[in-house]
Amino acid sequence: MKPPLWQTIGFYTLVGLIVLQAVFPFYYAILTSLEDGQALFEVNYLPKALNLANYQAMLTEGVFGKQILNSVFVATVVVILSLFLAVTAAYALSRIRFRGRGLLLLTVLSVSMFPQIAVLSGLFEVIRYFGLFNSLWSLVFSYMIFTLPFTVWVLTTFMRNLPVEIEEAAIMDGASSFTIIRRVFLPLMWPAMVTTGLLAFIHAWNEFLFALTFLSTDSQRTVPVAIALISGRSEFEIPWGNIMAASVIVTLPLVALVLVFQRKIVSGLTAGAVKG
Amino acid sequence: MASVELINVSKSYGNVQVLRDINLSLEQGEFVVFVGPSGCGKSTLLRMIAGLEDITGGELRIDGAPMNDVMPARRGIAMVFQSYALYPHMTVYENMSFGLEQAKLSTPEIEARVQAAAKMLQIEELLGRKPRQLSGGQRQRVAIGRAITRDPRVFLFDEPLSNLDAALRVDTRLEIAALGQRLPDTTMIYVTHDQVEAMTLADRIVVLNGGNVEQVGTPMELYSEPASQFVAGFIGSPRMNFLSGAVAEAHGAVTYGIRPEHIALSSDAGDWAGKVTLTERLGSDTFVHAEVEGIGAVNVRIEGRADVSAGQAVFLTPDAASVHLFDAAGRPVAGRPDA
Amino acid sequence: MAETAKKSRLSRSRTRSAWLFLAPMLVTLAVVAAWPLGRTIWFSFTDASLDLMSDARWVGFRNYLEYVEWGDGEGQYYGLLADARWWRSVWNTILFAVVSVSFETLFGLVIALVLNQQFRGRGLVRAAVLIPWAIPTIVSAKMWAWMLHDQFGIINDMLQGLGLISQPIAWTASPDTAMVAVLMVDIWKTTPFMALLILAGLQMVPQDIYEAAKLDGVPAWRVFRKITLPLIMPAVLVAVVFRTLDALRVFDIVYVLTPNTDATRTMSVYARENLFDYDQFAYGSAASTLLFLVIALITITFIMATRMDLEGKRS
Ligand SMILES: Nc1ncnc2c1ncn2[C@@H]1O[C@H](COP(=O)(O)OP(=O)(O)OP(=O)(O)O)[C@@H](O)[C@H]1O
Ligand SMILES: [Mg+2]
Repeated sequence: MKPPLWQTIGFYTLVGLIVLQAVFPFYYAILTSLEDGQALFEVNYLPKALNLANYQAMLTEGVFGKQILNSVFVATVVVILSLFLAVTAAYALSRIRFRGRGLLLLTVLSVSMFPQIAVLSGLFEVIRYFGLFNSLWSLVFSYMIFTLPFTVWVLTTFMRNLPVEIEEAAIMDGASSFTIIRRVFLPLMWPAMVTTGLLAFIHAWNEFLFALTFLSTDSQRTVPVAIALISGRSEFEIPWGNIMAASVIVTLPLVALVLVFQRKIVSGLTAGAVKG
Repeated sequence: MASVELINVSKSYGNVQVLRDINLSLEQGEFVVFVGPSGCGKSTLLRMIAGLEDITGGELRIDGAPMNDVMPARRGIAMVFQSYALYPHMTVYENMSFGLEQAKLSTPEIEARVQAAAKMLQIEELLGRKPRQLSGGQRQRVAIGRAITRDPRVFLFDEPLSNLDAALRVDTRLEIAALGQRLPDTTMIYVTHDQVEAMTLADRIVVLNGGNVEQVGTPMELYSEPASQFVAGFIGSPRMNFLSGAVAEAHGAVTYGIRPEHIALSSDAGDWAGKVTLTERLGSDTFVHAEVEGIGAVNVRIEGRADVSAGQAVFLTPDAASVHLFDAAGRPVAGRPDA
Repeated sequence: MAETAKKSRLSRSRTRSAWLFLAPMLVTLAVVAAWPLGRTIWFSFTDASLDLMSDARWVGFRNYLEYVEWGDGEGQYYGLLADARWWRSVWNTILFAVVSVSFETLFGLVIALVLNQQFRGRGLVRAAVLIPWAIPTIVSAKMWAWMLHDQFGIINDMLQGLGLISQPIAWTASPDTAMVAVLMVDIWKTTPFMALLILAGLQMVPQDIYEAAKLDGVPAWRVFRKITLPLIMPAVLVAVVFRTLDALRVFDIVYVLTPNTDATRTMSVYARENLFDYDQFAYGSAASTLLFLVIALITITFIMATRMDLEGKRS
């Protein structure tokens, strides 16, 4: 049975609209980033120029390159640290029955709900106390507040679904808990680790509030803050071309990652269902 | 000295008691089967012996030494799991050597043990493969091989055949029986809910029901002298006929039990007159279901063919020497009835 | 308890490893979450300032509410709870959360239903839908700020082209439209997340239910209302709660898209302004504390109401 023609047309129109609204703003950003001078101030729907001046300006003048490295450094270290801490914790939370487990899971979940602003003044004090103000380590340190609960939660969900009997076989084989994690579970968990790590990386890459607060000099900043703070001398001199070029530079890798790991990301998000 | 000894062992989950005062003594080299309906506590008992479950009360000894507080790997036992539980990312060789590695054996020693076990089970060509490249039967063998390399004093199996198809199940059953003979000093404990497996494999059977041991004995003892109506019904296929009413009261019992194979069928004379309701022909046997006046439904097993069909009038004669009588609590009534 | 005394060596050693394994995480969370939260709350009862934190003095509830007598029998309330700008930011936050989450749920549901159909190019469409989610919030804010530009923005150009408006609108600058702009960007950016969660719920609905309904000749709309919707309701609910909590703490979009306007200032923005821009550290801490209380209350209510299956026993 074929659906009537108007239904098919309606459906594909809807699909077209969905795709258009999702893709258009990014498309338009790319378009703008390739325009320069006067072309910028004419509204174009189709590419007219292919001018790389904005990219050149961003990457060669100023500290944007350094800022990208800052972001890469922070996000990478945060992911490695939180995965490392989360794997053992997730094993304990998913596989070992002990008193207080439910309460701990609740704690982890509630921390992931924390509004960042609620810890901002306290964290500011801690970071100054450790002398980390305006250091990238301040971000590595503070980002744990959202990446750690998230990774623990997702990995716990994943580990819970690994078969019990495999672990019991390892126990019978005389493996210690640490050996079980390292030799038996970790090799089975790579897909989960990749997904979780990727999501944590994206969170860390995009974070704004802490980065805005704990770093004070241009060369230390991460890219979201850098982009937010690009400005001209007046409202009319905002370098939109540069902003769009910078935006495209920091977004393209993410979009590529997301498209490549689409399936894994979807499963990780649903397993976590904790944070957007 | 008994190989495995359970003294007043009990198990509770919270307030729910799943095993009560279990006392058992298994000899070295014995093949013992725990059998019982689903949920009776067989797996729990096995896992307590393995050390995977805490023992709530009582004592477990292996070769005389108390084991309640000994780590599973140090009890001298090996276990074959229902789902095989092979490590999916390791080759067959690594699966078999993992435990030995944990026990810090030397590499040549490990190599020798794995090769010996592989040879015994004829899985030498599979050593380089991963579990997902094996058939169900091959996986089962690797699981057994992994257990053998540990050279255990006690071998534990939890329903090892239940994931295999019918034909493979028979073959593997025979292999496990052969394994029992090849390792004469190793005690085997085997859990199943299938009474055919129990009857064919066991030196002794332990029948569990609702957390209690109903009876312990050789297969033939359980068959001919069941200690309760439950055991009588559980062992033997097809099931024993349980009749109540006048026929039981005549013998001073509440239930009158007679196995289908202990009833003779005739078309012209016999103790009970009835009518055939259904016949099931298996080739080697025929099961005749009959409705006997004043007694109820009775199942008869005839060797070979029986040329009766539904609706036909027949006469049944129970073998008086094979009748089992039970009281209201399901306990046997003392003394055999006279014919 | 008699039972704990009989735990076997295995159980004991596993419990020991559990705490050992959890310790690094717990210490980290204590240092980055628990302690700072405690300090924030403490600061809110002191006269702390950005430069003088350690010797802040206790001032009671003064940052929250204080009645100051002027001496002639008259007086005035001071403090957060008497601050009209604070209440405006509370209102803005709630408005933002309610409207954005409602639209995200609605659009997310539509997109999820579309993606749940079999059609050619579905994979591509799903990939496209994910793009807004993959774009950093700040970048989306900037992209939209450009598209919403009053003079050179493409949105105004489109609307004028369609004849919907005659004058360009200063979307982000005008108080009347600033909130609309913020909502638009947030809805655009977050709908994919909602759609994915709902889609996951949809895919768990067994296919044969639809086939049975089709055989019975049940119209599509009724199938949706009577079968699909009730079955995906739990997934939708969870998504809505998580998104609401997220929306209540919104900061980046507002801060970047519409800086410094009463029309969109949310609780988080208000708190940060006081903490770091106006040197009202204690006052800002009080605002942070209140926001935390609101979110904690909602979280606790949610966990209690759903009696959440934390240990995964039911799954
Ligand atoms: N972790 C547990 N918590 C509470 N009760 C349990 C737990 N594990 C098992 N039980 C209960 O203990 C009883 C015995 O379970 P067990 O697994 O030993 O049964 P079984 O005889 O092996 O059954 P089957 O033939 O189905 O495998 C069952 O009633 C079961 O519900
Ligand atoms: Mg079992």
